[in-house]
Amino acid sequence: MSRLRELVESRERYIVTAEFPSIDGGGLEAVQAKLEPMLPFVDAINATDNPAAHAHAPNVSIAIALKSLGAEPIMQVVCRDKNRIAQQADIIGAALFGVENICALTGDDVTAGDEPEARRVFDLDGPQLIKVATGLANGQYVSGRVIKAPPTLFVGAVENPGAPPLDYRVDRAVLKSDAGARFLQLQICYHPDRLESFVAGCVSRGIDKRTALLPTVCLTKTARALTFMNDTVPGIDVPEDTRRRVSSAADASEESYQLTLELSRHALAQPGVAGIHITDFRHDGSLARLVSDLDLRPAESAA
Amino acid sequence: MKLLPLLEHTVKGKVWDCRMCGQCVLHSTAMTCPMTCPKTLRNGPCGGVREDGHCEVKPEMECIWTKAERRRHNPANPNSWEEEFAHLRPPVDNQLRGTASWTNLFTGRDRQTPVGWAGGTIADSVNPEPALGEVDDITTLDAGFHVRNPLIIVESDTAGATQ
Repeated sequence: MSRLRELVESRERYIVTAEFPSIDGGGLEAVQAKLEPMLPFVDAINATDNPAAHAHAPNVSIAIALKSLGAEPIMQVVCRDKNRIAQQADIIGAALFGVENICALTGDDVTAGDEPEARRVFDLDGPQLIKVATGLANGQYVSGRVIKAPPTLFVGAVENPGAPPLDYRVDRAVLKSDAGARFLQLQICYHPDRLESFVAGCVSRGIDKRTALLPTVCLTKTARALTFMNDTVPGIDVPEDTRRRVSSAADASEESYQLTLELSRHALAQPGVAGIHITDFRHDGSLARLVSDLDLRPAESAA
Repeated sequence: MKLLPLLEHTVKGKVWDCRMCGQCVLHSTAMTCPMTCPKTLRNGPCGGVREDGHCEVKPEMECIWTKAERRRHNPANPNSWEEEFAHLRPPVDNQLRGTASWTNLFTGRDRQTPVGWAGGTIADSVNPEPALGEVDDITTLDAGFHVRNPLIIVESDTAGATQ
């Protein structure tokens, strides 16, 4: 059974997951070099699938590499680039190497990336992919063809608690949970009130027990990073006050960290939240500092 | 039958910007066509909706799911529509593209889903011909031997998320 699954099912402590940086070359040494600084501080690591519609070393190979290097991978699968045949094949193929955790995403549009001329696929959507992946673990392709030795999978997904239509987001979380998602990594949200009502909505619908809610926080260094996110990342709004707080601070880097720390504390304090997902754009040891400041102890438990 | 798709497209194209997917779900999406979403999402909005409720891909267009969310609670809608709004809609059958969904609704073809979608397996859903029954796995048949994917009809209420 995957370590992530054990943690989600036992809920003995907060879960820490993080996003793995993109890899474009340099062999497995490059993967190891990026992995080492984060490995002791996280329970599981996301192998991304062409994030923001940019081509990189793919989800499958990074997930396998992470696994072989001793990490617990969560393989993201997006719907933008491949149809159901290829998506199922990727999941089955990665599972041959022991990759169990799958995170199903709709995915950014091709126009978010550097190849806007590309054809978009979206043969399945996010919720459908959750159900299809769950079906693989139950021993059948979506066609109905039997898989005699079904893969052991632990399927999750994502949801954006901060993007309109806000009322719909909880319904969508319930839909995904019903389709088989056992964890939801929530999009970065700079509106604490929105995260609060989203999580409260999930709790009132009773899905937080079976589906671990993992809000995402983002480690940034500058006000420019926040402005960039606000202007270019679909579905993320960074309020002007928040941006001004960092831009007007004497030490923008420290202020950025403090902002992330506050957002993390707030997220973890919400009843129903099972842990946190961290995206690190600083790469300066802040991940370790954050995990320590939050008094999270993934490394000790894993040892 | 060629006339019917044309007629359907003429009517629905004008009113709902119909894309002739051949498996109309307008009644369960508060009369908002999900195929007009650039990502053709049939199960709710993606995570990229803008602060003003507009589309990530086409900033000038309101997200079809923001629109649907506004319309779904309209008291004029039958109760069953609102209930179905929350159901998990199955993947699009690309074989039906360009055909008349009115015909497909009448014949039930638009409610057919792949066997595995409803949790079934090919082995227990069909009685294979004797010759085929001797084949352990249809995918091991010689190339060029085509077996059409057997389909089963799924009642619309079991196609929902509540399994």
